[in-house]
Amino acid sequence: MTVALSITDLQKTYPNGLVALRGIDLQVEEGDFFALLGKNGAGKSTAIGIISSLVNKSGGKVRVFDADIDRDFARAKSYLGVVPQEFNFSIFETPMQIVCNQAGYYGIGRKLAEERAGHYLRQLGLWEKREQMAQTLSGGMKRRLMIARALMHEPRLLILDEPTAGVDIEIRRSMWNYLTAINQSGTTIILTTHYLEEAESLCRNIAIIDRGRLVENTGMRELLGKLQTDAYVLDLAEPLRELPRGLPSSWELTGPNVLEADVPATGSLDALFEKLAGHNIKVRSMRNKTNRLEQLFLDMVEEEGA
Amino acid sequence: MNWKLAAVAYATIVRKETTRFLRIWQQSLLPPVITTALYFIIFGHLIGPRIGEMDGHRYIDFIVPGLILMSVITNAYANVSSSLFSAKFQRAIEELQVSPTPNFVILLGYVSGGVARAILVGVIVTSVSLFFSRLSMHSYLVTASMVFLTAVLFALGGFLNGLFARKFDDISIVPTFILTPLTYLGGVFYSIKLLPALWQAVSHINPILYMINAFRYGFLGITDIGLGFSYGITALFIAALFFLNLKLLNAGFGIRR
Repeated sequence: MTVALSITDLQKTYPNGLVALRGIDLQVEEGDFFALLGKNGAGKSTAIGIISSLVNKSGGKVRVFDADIDRDFARAKSYLGVVPQEFNFSIFETPMQIVCNQAGYYGIGRKLAEERAGHYLRQLGLWEKREQMAQTLSGGMKRRLMIARALMHEPRLLILDEPTAGVDIEIRRSMWNYLTAINQSGTTIILTTHYLEEAESLCRNIAIIDRGRLVENTGMRELLGKLQTDAYVLDLAEPLRELPRGLPSSWELTGPNVLEADVPATGSLDALFEKLAGHNIKVRSMRNKTNRLEQLFLDMVEEEGA
Repeated sequence: MNWKLAAVAYATIVRKETTRFLRIWQQSLLPPVITTALYFIIFGHLIGPRIGEMDGHRYIDFIVPGLILMSVITNAYANVSSSLFSAKFQRAIEELQVSPTPNFVILLGYVSGGVARAILVGVIVTSVSLFFSRLSMHSYLVTASMVFLTAVLFALGGFLNGLFARKFDDISIVPTFILTPLTYLGGVFYSIKLLPALWQAVSHINPILYMINAFRYGFLGITDIGLGFSYGITALFIAALFFLNLKLLNAGFGIRR
């Protein structure tokens, strides 16, 4: 299998003494949809900044496919498309100018650039806005514009740093579908996000960074398999004053009609409903208390912090 | 080195820079025209006749080349410093940083944008000056080459300022406190022969003096300084600034964290 991104002992200490990365090793295989998670300030954006030449590294090696970013920077950059966390285009230019200029920086002639611009701006729902100044676009449109811009040179590795931050759920879902389609067409994707359900539903492999160190690097299925229990919130048909005897003591009434219950990950929901039926408790609706990955993520970074 | 990529990237940067200053023509092209027209009216028509001749030429004809070059200097510098700082401020410079565009192409692209604006302003100011003076041309070659080299030099200076700038004030400090005084003291309004010996010697430290004199030679055929020396000084500054800028860019100074 070809390695799309290889990071070895990556270190970064900022001039003010802040140690952002403490020797990270990471490999992402070609074709993967990879999640890079971590709390704010964990070091994700610094790592992405180094890979994309926006940040000087203090030590370590980075290879993008067969190109070392120090020795063969032009080839490494040509493989790479980056969608940063913050808007980084001139707000006085139009989407058409922004994407065509970006293509030009990769040596793509104007004619081909305009063809591709038409393709990507249409696919991302920005064609109607192509001649409007970027400052007039909504937050979601600006995010999509950055995705279109990053795709103009058809990169083999696409890095998205919180691409759906501040985007409404409808657009977020359509962006998920779009990114899935890009990944299925062969583009390797690395995604950082604070929406953990996004990582869970899109990504096959995952790494978690905490305080500049990699605390987990595994497959999404393997990681979720580590989950001991699933927690549910049940909306009860009749109010309860107290938890009836015989029900697990770990269950908790958080309101007269709200029961929080945990179920072993290896167990079945039938057992939960049988217990409730035994006490004549009827359930109107139920939902997961937290996203499963969110629970694991919190456990891991808290454990590391302790 | 992929030369096709470099050529397309260069053309893209120049196009972007040109579009930028044409889009804001009220800020980039109009003010120098108004300012120099006022100079022509006040110094040329109102005060000039009382001064008489300077080096055998009418005073207004004597100051026109200096005023044209002053506009060229100011605009070459301001275009690049403000455009680069604005790109840093909006983080749009990252579009170039993540791309395989070589650093020398980035530098040449920005400088070419500054030169384009400076020459366009120079042409407009020259056209305006025709309403006030009897402009003759002694040497097209000297005039064209010196205006080009001066624009390149100050565009490089503007790039350096843009790299160092951390806030908007930083791009106005150099033009206000260094460029304007040096231009005024570089012989725009007088021949340095009028100065006492000591101040004539001091004036020779001012690089702008050499450019204004060579440019004036192109129009009037008179100069206080040898032409070869003027070209030499200008070329030296261009080379020094080019390599300094390139070294800073390669190190990521001012643009990489």
